[in-house]
This record gives sequence, structure tokens and C-alpha cells, in this order.
Amino acid sequence: MRHTLAVLVENNPGVLARVAGLFSRRGFNIDSLAVGTTENPTISRMTIVVEGDDLTLEQVEKQLHKLVDVIKINDLTSDEYVGREMVLIKVNAGPAERAEIMQIADIFRARIIDLGRRSVTIECTGDERKVRALEESLRPFGIKELVRTGKVAVLRGAKTTSLDGNGKNKKGEED
Amino acid sequence: MTGAEILVKSLKEEGVDTIFGYPGGVVLPIYDALYDADIRHILVRHEQGAAHAADGYARASGRTGVCLATSGPGATNLVTGIANAHMDSVPMVAITGQVVTKLLGRDSFQEADITGITLPITKHNYLVRDVGDIARTIKEAFYIASTGRPGPVLVDIPKDVSAGAGEYEDPGVLNLPGYRPVCSPRDEDLRAAARLILAAERPVIYAGGGVIISGADRELRALAELLCAPVTATLMGIGGFPADHPLYLGMLGMHGTRYANYAVCECDLLIAVGARFDDRVTGKVESFAPEAKIVHIDIDPAEIRKNVRVDVAVVGDVKKVLAGLMPMLSARVKGAWQEKIEAWKREYPLEYANGGKLKPQTVIREIYRVTGGRGRITTEVGQNQMWTAQFFPFTRPRSFITSGGLGTMGYGLPAAIGVQAACPDETVFDIAGDGSIQMNIQELMTAVNYNLPVNVAIINNGFLGMVRQWQELFYDRRYSHTELANPDFVKLAEAYGAKGVRVSKAADVADVLIDAVRTSGPVMMDFLVDGEENVIPIVPPGASLEEMIG
Repeated sequence: MRHTLAVLVENNPGVLARVAGLFSRRGFNIDSLAVGTTENPTISRMTIVVEGDDLTLEQVEKQLHKLVDVIKINDLTSDEYVGREMVLIKVNAGPAERAEIMQIADIFRARIIDLGRRSVTIECTGDERKVRALEESLRPFGIKELVRTGKVAVLRGAKTTSLDGNGKNKKGEED
Repeated sequence: MTGAEILVKSLKEEGVDTIFGYPGGVVLPIYDALYDADIRHILVRHEQGAAHAADGYARASGRTGVCLATSGPGATNLVTGIANAHMDSVPMVAITGQVVTKLLGRDSFQEADITGITLPITKHNYLVRDVGDIARTIKEAFYIASTGRPGPVLVDIPKDVSAGAGEYEDPGVLNLPGYRPVCSPRDEDLRAAARLILAAERPVIYAGGGVIISGADRELRALAELLCAPVTATLMGIGGFPADHPLYLGMLGMHGTRYANYAVCECDLLIAVGARFDDRVTGKVESFAPEAKIVHIDIDPAEIRKNVRVDVAVVGDVKKVLAGLMPMLSARVKGAWQEKIEAWKREYPLEYANGGKLKPQTVIREIYRVTGGRGRITTEVGQNQMWTAQFFPFTRPRSFITSGGLGTMGYGLPAAIGVQAACPDETVFDIAGDGSIQMNIQELMTAVNYNLPVNVAIINNGFLGMVRQWQELFYDRRYSHTELANPDFVKLAEAYGAKGVRVSKAADVADVLIDAVRTSGPVMMDFLVDGEENVIPIVPPGASLEEMIG
């Protein structure tokens, strides 16, 4: 099963290498990883999408916790959360196809952000299913380039994954 | 003050009395600060020796071992020793010099990304970029290395940082939000474990290195005696339970005793105490302890369910967990289970065929006899190590010091130097093989230099013995590149300024050993033993424990 982990880490040089190295040497599969600083500039937040059964996920979380730079881990999958990724897609588009492509973009509430003589570039934000559906719809025109951010996610409602928020602390106890 | 002086002051604050190291270009400021510092520095002959010596020092004393090397090759030479300490949870702080910060990342002379290289083999590591960070970093490094599940921490210090000017400031209370080891067990976990233990009819305690690290040997013995439960030890757990105790089963696993492995196969409860279900212990993991419920006690939550299913997990310091469990349990008396095990012990004792050529096991038995079992023993890796584990009855924690997880040939001699430095009044032996001793034999010069009177007993069979044994058993006796041409170890010892002795007859072993123990400096003994003696029993790789050969 796919899990979405929100991981708060010290914003130290090398922290990404520590996390990425852990996943590769222990054979855990990362689907995506997005990282950036939080409202607190000394803390970064990683959103890691990882595939695995319950035992694998237990190991992923425990091994991550052994990294001194990892402060908090929250598996959002067990809760209601909103997940979004952004994708930029450059599609082959001569004057004849433009209208149809713009119509597709409209349907997905995507935006045209650049236009060339033979191509358009579309920006789309949404969950994985929406982004995949857009990609499929554009594929017949010929996708020249596609780049995605990886998923970022937050819990629904008032609950948070901040340092004093909901989620699991180091001892694996609910706060 | 210079950064180097702040470093030395910080080390003193941590109570460091000995450093094993090797100078070089970018650690010149540090060596200058050490020149008149009140810290003993032992100059090794290869940085790998420094790491293993710091490791041996730590295992023997329980204190954090410290090694120091220059950048580039100095740092990379530490790598094997750091990985070794990491696998066996040894508290160590490795300090490396680094090129000046403005040359970092430019493939400068003697630059190696040692923090990158050691990411997977350290508990944590640091690159110190500012003089003002040295004191806090060193305090954090020692705290992380020595608490929770111990391990090595590396601190990389660029030359301009160690040479830079600053003042020592007490770092005060550390702020490590991402490092909060769990030491005290939860009550409900203790109660769940106690329920399983009270319901068990055929319990076995499986004790690992965690018993020794947490100093829980008394608690373990009390638990075993209360439950009348037999105790088997992992390689790392040897010494955590007295080998002369009637409840002791010896080591389990690949070269375990038959009775230990049978007991694990037939027990209905396995109590794992500070052990991690290594593949050399479990054999085929699917058929490990097939009839048993498993209680797993460990300080590292990540060890729980990493390799085997577990019925009750208790996360915490082994000593605290065992102390917490005792009042929840009631005394048991000997019954059918204990009698069955005693019958196995009588039926399948650990023995070897004596007679003919000198046997390796005879040498090890004699070392035990001559030292009265009171010495500290290190080993190299391979047959010498397994025979020592089998035939030397260790009764005290921290008396058997060996490379378990990584299986590092060349560990024993530098480790023995570290042990001797930590325990100057004790007899220290390195039980070695003729192959592995040559991997760090240069450290004999260190022992001579500092008059550390280690005794090296080379079990010389003219082979890379353990590999040869596997070739005999599993590769149709095709001894591919395992026969060794060896130097004259006696002359070599003498060239280093140590005493060298060669022994080929069983009748001479005891006298030579007694003489070695009485000698005030290092002695290297070359025991010419039966070349094709095997370590038995052996569980073939991938087989279950009950499928022992020999």
C-alpha cells in the first residue's frame, strides 16, 4: 500500500542525503519526495510517498526516527488529508491543436503558462489522479517534456504536523 | 584559544584520557594542541588500528573510545573500524581533520567527503564549519555515541576551523529534539511480557550484546535463576552470563552448541534480551524457534520485527526492563524441560578429537587455564574466533571482545592494544589466525612502542581456515586461494622488538603461555596446529538450526 509521510527534519546540510541514503540502502521504495522549509526556517518538511506493507512501513518510520536530524514523522495515510502535486507539461501543439488543448486544460482547471509556435506549456495542480488524467488526455498530442514536484500534503481540519501538533513523537506515542 | 585547544578542552570535559591517532597535514593544529595536553595519545601504525583500538578500549571499559586521523586517506582508513563499531553498537567518537573550508568540494589534496562516506555507518556525524560550534558538537557527539543504543559518531573538522581563534564556552544543556532514546520500558509492555513468561512451559533466554552494554548481567542471572530458564548467548552476548552456570547453554546459531540450537527449536517461549536476530543466529528465519512465542527486549525500537515476528516487544534499557520484570514473575522449579536440556548437554557435549597434531582448541583451553579465566580476550575473525567462543568459558562481561556484526579480520591485535590501554593491570590475549593477524600486524610496533604487554596467540593452520572449511564442506574441497604462505612470525615479532615463540607440541603450550603472561612486554606466539581442523557443529548457510553438521 502507498503511504504519505510528513517528516519534520532539522534544516541541516546533508539531511536530504541522510534520508535518501537510508531509503536506498534498506531497499525501501520512494515514489516521490518533496522537501522545503516550514514556517520555522530551522525546520524542513519532507513529504515522502512510500510503497510497502505494514511491516515495511513500521521499519521505514523506525529507521527514519533513528536519524538524529529527524524530529517528527506523521503517516497521513491513516487520516483525512489533502495531497497535491504540481506538474508542468510541454505539449506539441500547432495552431490547429491549440483550441482543443486549451479546452482540455480548462476542464482540468489547468493553466496555459507558455505558448510557442509549435508547443504549449500547461501548469496543473491537483492530486495524483487528476494529474494522471490530464497527462493521459494530453498524451495523444505528443508530450515533449513533463516535470512534477512530487506530492505535498497536510491533514484536513485543525490538526497539524507541526512540532507541537498532532501526530507521533519520537516515542511513538500520540501527542 | 585555537579551535584545536577548544577541542582538547572539550575532550577533557568528556573525561577522555586516551586517544588513538595518527597525525597528518590538516590535523597539525590539533596535534599541536595535544603536544602538551594532559591526554595520553597512542600513535598507531595505520588509522584502521586507531579505530579498532578505540573500539577495544570502549568495549573493555564501557567508556567512549576516541580515535583521530587526518583528512582523505587518514579518514578513509578509519572507515572499516567505524563500520565495525556501528555493527556492534560500540560508543566511539572519531575525529577527522578536513581540508580548509574554502577548498571543500574542489577535490583538494587529501580531501575525502568523510561525512558522506560514513553516513550509513555512523550513528550520527558532523562537519564543523565554525570554531564556535566545536564545544557543542563534541558534547553532542559524546552524548549521542554513549546513550541509547551506543554507536560511533564522527566529527570532521576543517583545518581553518581547528586553527581559527575562539573561546571555549560551556555548551550547557543540549537541544536535540530529534534524539530522544527510550530507556524506561512501558508498564503495559512489561505486564504483557510477564503474562507470556508466566504461561510458558519451555522458556529459553536468548541473550545478546545488549546485556553487556547495559550492564545487566546480574539482572539476567537473577531472571534465569528465578525462572529456572536456560540461557543461550549470541557471539556478542558471551560473558553476559557465566559459562560455568548450570543453566548456560553456550552460543546458539551457526556454530552454536547442539543443545542451544535444539532448545531454541523446541522452546515455547523465547525471551530475546538485547539481541537482534542476526542471520548467523537464526539460520533459515522462517523455521527459527518454530514453536515459540517471542518476547523481544531491546533499546532500539527499529530492531523489533525487523527480522522475525514478535509476540510482545519491550522497548527500553535491558537492565531497567529486567529489573522491572522481576517483581511481576514467580519462581519456577526444575521440570521435564530442564531435564531434557540436561540430557542433550550430556549427549552432545562440545568436544574435539585430541591427539596427533596440536589442536587449536587445546591452545584455547590452555589460555583459559593459564589465565584462570581472568584475562581479557580479543580475537580476529574466522575459526580462531569461533573456537574461542566455543572453548573458552567466559564468566565476566567485557572479557570477550570480538568483531561480531561486521566480522572484521585484523580487529584483534589493535583491539587488544585498546583493551590493554584501558586495563593496564590485566592479562590481555589476542587469539588470532595466521591470515587475519597479517591484516593489522603493523600494530605490534604500537604495542612495543608503548610497552603494552599484549599476548598474541596465532592459531597457525596455514590456511584462511574458515573459508577453507566452507570450501571443504560446500565446494568439493577446491581450496581456491586459501592456502597461505606465511612469514616467520617469530622473526617478525623479534624484528618489531617483541618476543616471538613457536610451538608445535601440545606438551609445550602451557609453559609457553605461562612464560608469555609473565613477560613484561608483548609476546607473539606461533602455534602450529592441525591444518584442516573444522569448527563444528555448523548450520549450513540457509538451513534451519536443527540441520547442524558435525
